[in-house]
Amino acid sequence: MNDAAENLRPTRTAAFEARLKKRYAAERRFKAIGLGAILFSVAVLVFLLVTMAMNGVGGFQRTELRVPVDFAATPVTVMPDTSDERAVVQSLERQGLRDIVEFSATEALGEEGAAQVNSEAWRLVAQQIAADPSLARGEQVFWLPTNEDLASAYAGDGSADLQPLAQQLAADGLLADNFDFGFLERSDATDPQLAGIWGALKGSILTMIVTLALAFPIGVLAALYLEEYAPKNRWTDLIEVSINNLAAVPSIIFGLLGLAVFLWIFPSYRSAPLIGGMTLALMTMPVIVIAGRNAIKAVPPSIRDGALAVGASPVQVVFHHVLPLALPGILTGTIIGMARALGETAPLLLIGMRAFVASPPQGFTDNATVLPMQIFLWSDEIDRGFVERTSAAIIVLLVFLLLMNGLAIYLRNRFEKKW
Amino acid sequence: MVEHTVKAFDEDITRLRGLIAEMGGLAEVAIQQALQALVQGDEELAAEVVERDAKLDALETEVDAMAVRILALRAPMADDLREIVAALKIGGVVERIGDYAKNIAKRVGRIEGRSHFEPLTLLPAMGELAAEMVHDVLTAYAARDPVMAREVIERDDKVDAFYDSIFRNLVSHMVENPATISSAAQLLFVARNLERVGDHATNVAEMVHYSATGTYPDDIER
Amino acid sequence: MVMSETTDSPIANPAHKSLENENIAHGEPKMRARDVDVYYGDKKAIDGVDIDVYTEYVTAFIGPSGCGKSTFLRALNRMNDTIPSARVTGTIELDGEDIYASGMDVVQLRARVGMVFQKPNPFPKSIYDNIAYGPKIHGLAETKPDLDEIVEKSLRRAGLWEEVKDRLSDSGTALSGGQQQRLCIARAIAVDPEVILMDEPCSALDPIATAKIEELIDELRGRYGIVIVTHSMQQAARVSQRTAFFHLGHLVEYGHTSDIFTNPAEQRTQDYITGRYG
Repeated sequence: MNDAAENLRPTRTAAFEARLKKRYAAERRFKAIGLGAILFSVAVLVFLLVTMAMNGVGGFQRTELRVPVDFAATPVTVMPDTSDERAVVQSLERQGLRDIVEFSATEALGEEGAAQVNSEAWRLVAQQIAADPSLARGEQVFWLPTNEDLASAYAGDGSADLQPLAQQLAADGLLADNFDFGFLERSDATDPQLAGIWGALKGSILTMIVTLALAFPIGVLAALYLEEYAPKNRWTDLIEVSINNLAAVPSIIFGLLGLAVFLWIFPSYRSAPLIGGMTLALMTMPVIVIAGRNAIKAVPPSIRDGALAVGASPVQVVFHHVLPLALPGILTGTIIGMARALGETAPLLLIGMRAFVASPPQGFTDNATVLPMQIFLWSDEIDRGFVERTSAAIIVLLVFLLLMNGLAIYLRNRFEKKW
Repeated sequence: MVEHTVKAFDEDITRLRGLIAEMGGLAEVAIQQALQALVQGDEELAAEVVERDAKLDALETEVDAMAVRILALRAPMADDLREIVAALKIGGVVERIGDYAKNIAKRVGRIEGRSHFEPLTLLPAMGELAAEMVHDVLTAYAARDPVMAREVIERDDKVDAFYDSIFRNLVSHMVENPATISSAAQLLFVARNLERVGDHATNVAEMVHYSATGTYPDDIER
Repeated sequence: MVMSETTDSPIANPAHKSLENENIAHGEPKMRARDVDVYYGDKKAIDGVDIDVYTEYVTAFIGPSGCGKSTFLRALNRMNDTIPSARVTGTIELDGEDIYASGMDVVQLRARVGMVFQKPNPFPKSIYDNIAYGPKIHGLAETKPDLDEIVEKSLRRAGLWEEVKDRLSDSGTALSGGQQQRLCIARAIAVDPEVILMDEPCSALDPIATAKIEELIDELRGRYGIVIVTHSMQQAARVSQRTAFFHLGHLVEYGHTSDIFTNPAEQRTQDYITGRYG
């Protein structure tokens, strides 16, 4: 009986058992290392996000003073046609809104307090009235931004003399950190209390549009040509190698190229999204071509054969069959390329998109700046207020990136077909 | 001949041919022994021949079964197919040849006064011819030789000639000696059986020709 | 190349008592190949092939792997054009026109000479769109109802209509293997071809699906000239009326199917079909 059992398991010798143990241990180790790598990456990611969030939360807030204005006592007339905000603001200015606000501030906060109200605060009141004329009746409470000194004092930095005042006003309920929606609507300013991200955001959007409009069609068509039509000879090999290398070139070189070529052609458009977009398109195109070629190569020849056999011309085969099936892969490449382009600063520095731009660009040829550039510029400032704004801007950039990727992933999933 | 890639197929065909060869041998011996028993009046030998016919029947059943099996399992084509179909038919024909031999043996006890009959000396010669035809046609089958098969067909004329002369002889004998009619009649049947054996050997020869070439020999009326 | 000799009358030659369909009278050959060579670069894959394809018969190409039967099939609708190193010499005519002449429109040719492949390759679109694609690009239907009619007719002819008529918007790739292949056949039929080339259409299918396709081929016989390349001799025997045996790029023998399989003229043919090859 024992012999039979022995015959059935001739391999379970001691040496075999030892090997088995080693193998199991190796597999467990491998799994542990993999898990460790993932946990480490997640930890770094979480650390990054938490730090950013904690730092940036402050950037979405603004230190403001509570000032009630009695329009019954000091009336103002609002133009009936409020479509032109500038004209309305000008008319209110002529009516002495500035003094009204100053007066109301002194009433509410005292001399010292009123002195800390931001010098541009009256303009904000005017803008709010222009948006909603019903505010110019009766008694209205406005929360007005302070100037930077008081804001720093309230935060615990800055000059020591203003701190007691800040505490006092806060205790009276007249000073607070409010959520600042305007951050997303205003453009850059020298005063961090008045600075906003919208200018840079719009600049980024316009630049990305130009980049996509140029890089995507050119990249996809180049990939199609190289895969479907180009003869297999030395020249196409050379082109393939060149494109692969282009994808690895440092981005600042593209800035030099943009400076030398695009600004030579359009010298007056320095700092415009058009030039920035063209420069970034140069950088993004190789990525799209590489991803596109791989995606097109992955389309099985049986689909092409099937289409040809039904009497489709080569162009019809490509556009009706190959391209739709290659689209998910192409979109993935586009996401990667565009994400890189969104975060680029160096090439745009060289073409001059680093100017201080106080109003959002109206078109593709206006002066503009982009999000990463704005972050870079703000991070250079010493005002404490700008530190928080920088973190807030980073959060905006990350959210924008997420939305862009999300859109692309959604599109990719929609086009994903089983074949 | 090149072998089949699937060796088992060759083994099957070899076994089938072996069975046919065995049947042929048995039939040949049966004819010879039946005639020997007839000439010598050996009723014991005759009984043996009758008994041994059962073996031939059993072999024919086996040939049938094997041929059908090969058709189903091997899906033979071209010359293989023709060979299997020929084997099926040849098996049936050889079994009938054996039946004729048995029939001859059965008549052994019914002949009296053998010394009188001249045909009794002719019949062994005729039987020899028929047995040779059977032997040669099965050799032609084994060799897949259509020329040999055709040659066997031509010999049937001689067997027919034998039959004609024996027939005339017996009839005139019967006319002269009416007392010998029943015995003579038996001999007539024996001669008839041998002539039929010759015809059947011819059928086998045609099958062999078809199996080898895919055509039947032209100048024969079927 | 040797032609097996047969007369067309079943009575004159009783030894060649073939199945009726082989003896249906035929008209002019639909496609005629004369002295065709096919090269891949310097390698000669097909050498001096002469063959006629008739609408009235299903023609089978048989032969061992690498003998060139698929290569020759693809030469009949110029699918070899997609391979850069492929070169075809000699003449191949469709209704008397040389298909390799410079004036011949390849796209139009492929609509007249359709092809079904070994592995079913429906487009990753709906069943309806799979069938409708060909007629659309060739402008065969002017209105939607016309297109609907073509789709239904093609699916009916392919024996698939009853199974899919309620789910025409389902994806073509969701069907079973046999159904997919019938879909591909329907797709080929939809552009109203004159010849249908089939490259081992059943090798990826189970026996029941195979039988359905073979029945379909028999139904299509006579309306479309059908050429089928097959590895299975039993299939060639079941489905075709004319069989051509290829070996190392040569057409060794071409004749009535029943003759090829009962009494081939060439020793090479016999060796192959009886399994004495190699």
